[in-house]
Amino acid sequence: MSDAHLPQRSTLRAALVGNPNSGKTSLFNQLTGSHQKVANYAGVTVERKEGRFTTPQGREVRLLDLPGAYSLSSTSPDEDVTRDVCLGRHATEQRPELIICVVSASNLRLHLRFLLEIKQLGLPVIVALSMMDEAKKRGLQIDITGLQAELGMPVVPVISLRKDGVARLLQVLDMEVPTPPPPLEDGTDLHAKVRTLLKTYTNEETLGTDVLVDRLDRWLLHPVWGPAILLVVLFVMFQTVFAWAQPLMDGLDSGIGLLGQIILKPLPDGILRSLLADGVIAGAGTVVVFLPQILLLFLWILALEESGYLPRAAFLLDRVMATAGLSGRSFIPLLSSFACAIPGIMAARTIQNPRDRLVTILIAPLMTCSARLPVYTLLIAAFVPHRTVLGVLGLQGLVLFALYAVAIISGVAAARIMTRGVKSEEHPLLLELPPYRLPNPRSLALGLWQRATMFLSRVGTIIVTLNVLLWALSSFPLPPANATGAAIDYSLAGRIGHLMLPIFAPIGFNWQICVSLIPGLAAREVAVSALATVYALGASEDSAAEKLMPLLSAHWSMATAFSLLAWYVYAPQCISTLAVMRRETRSMKVVLGAAAYLFGLAYAASLLTYHITRAFTGG
Amino acid sequence: MDTELKMNLDALPKGNSAVIDRIEYRAAIDPIAARLDELGFVPGEAVQIIAVGPMGGDPIAVRLGASRFALRRGEAARILLRSPI
Repeated sequence: MSDAHLPQRSTLRAALVGNPNSGKTSLFNQLTGSHQKVANYAGVTVERKEGRFTTPQGREVRLLDLPGAYSLSSTSPDEDVTRDVCLGRHATEQRPELIICVVSASNLRLHLRFLLEIKQLGLPVIVALSMMDEAKKRGLQIDITGLQAELGMPVVPVISLRKDGVARLLQVLDMEVPTPPPPLEDGTDLHAKVRTLLKTYTNEETLGTDVLVDRLDRWLLHPVWGPAILLVVLFVMFQTVFAWAQPLMDGLDSGIGLLGQIILKPLPDGILRSLLADGVIAGAGTVVVFLPQILLLFLWILALEESGYLPRAAFLLDRVMATAGLSGRSFIPLLSSFACAIPGIMAARTIQNPRDRLVTILIAPLMTCSARLPVYTLLIAAFVPHRTVLGVLGLQGLVLFALYAVAIISGVAAARIMTRGVKSEEHPLLLELPPYRLPNPRSLALGLWQRATMFLSRVGTIIVTLNVLLWALSSFPLPPANATGAAIDYSLAGRIGHLMLPIFAPIGFNWQICVSLIPGLAAREVAVSALATVYALGASEDSAAEKLMPLLSAHWSMATAFSLLAWYVYAPQCISTLAVMRRETRSMKVVLGAAAYLFGLAYAASLLTYHITRAFTGG
Repeated sequence: MDTELKMNLDALPKGNSAVIDRIEYRAAIDPIAARLDELGFVPGEAVQIIAVGPMGGDPIAVRLGASRFALRRGEAARILLRSPI
């Protein structure tokens, strides 16, 4: 017998369960704050979130945030995890000693049914009743004392927006772990039981529907206004992501430059200085500057998700996505990929169907990311004549538009091919449209913090390592003292470029392009400065582009330039995208498959483009 | 007994309400039908169509008690209705 007054020594293993949209995540954030560890469950792509906290009496609690579920008879990999952990059947996860089940007062009918399933488990359960404040505004009254007596488990209201909103729950956690509730008789009709509970202990039946939600839905789901509003939202979103992030990115860029100067100033010219300047600082810098853009994009996505609008966007776009064999859920990740495929692939987590998620991840690199723009801009300016077609349209702009369009069409085609074999299986949407809610700033901040650290630590380390490697390849061996050509010509990278030539000559690339493809692996836009290095210009990116233009139009045929453009539409030559793909899917096979199909597409497209352009331009 | 014609949820016009008669299982094991049941689409509950998709009227948005769901028409067709209210 343990003394209830003494703090317990052993850590309590608790699991948080609940329906999607029950306020489970807010409660988890509020209980554990920043003491969270986010990882994946072994072998599956389901996110594993665990946090720790200490109750006022000093009891240590390890809280596992299980994926939201509608029932224990699962239909998705997420729900598999929840079911297996609850039943103690999970391979790597111990069965919890206590379950905290979140039930939203604003959707009692749905959530109480799941609670009754949890009641059958034979585990101690505490019921956290969330969103009481919102339900009270609707006029809902609950006889909590009666309800918890009938259920046989403590029922504790929690308010996720207030700091002291979990005080009562913490008090209950400080008491002895409750005894498991008595199970219902086998074969009990859970729906009927829920109906009885609602009738006996609440006035739910007498209440009307949430007028605000009905009114908002009338506009936001309207067949004409709905899509129009969605377009405006998306437009504003992209405007802010690109326009607002720019000053921040410029600031970061010059900050990194300044930092570089401070670090580099005392160093003499030589290997160490070159390593730090060209390898580490330039390498990390080119990626870190994208952080504001990525965070702004995530702020939007998190806010839209918490507000309840995202499932509505998926509803509006379900038909559009169905033409690619996907569902509305794939829309946001693909949209994000136009900024950068990395947050896009990460956002694919919101897709529950594993096949849809995989296909979305696989075609995300085909959405033209912002890093391709510098390359497109340079080549178009150098090779496409500056003139108008049909009186008003600029030819250069048309080519740029065509590059985006070809990429989107290819993505749709690729998705169709990938999803074709599985067509026989019916493809469910079955999406809950939760009540609208104002996003909680604390939750948003936590979500952003997690994305930022993840991005900087995982992707950042990979990028820096690669850059140092590429720097070494293009710096060694050093050129002889009487060298005439560019230093890179004598380096390993230069030799590799010559070695690559036989493969790339059929699609019109010369050895200089081959060399520039190597550092382009780390970040696509680096290819521009790499070309400048190869052509021994050695200037910063902007002015290099200006000087490169006449040089390229003199040295390259139009067929070569167009072939390189086609290459850039498809080629997966961005190591960080592949690294994120590996992390999200936990499968090297998927990554290799993606790289193979994208390289194959790139090579085929370049080959076609090269020969067709040659046929038209005569060489 | 109720003699009014029975219809499937996907045929109910926008704005209209009706009471669920039963869920039709398309196969012995029909995960979609089972999930509909778990979500509360059970006999005796009232449903209302609150919106239809902008292209071809698919999917549809349905209100069931305090919850709202987006269903593709194929999913909604499994829900049989009785007497529109």
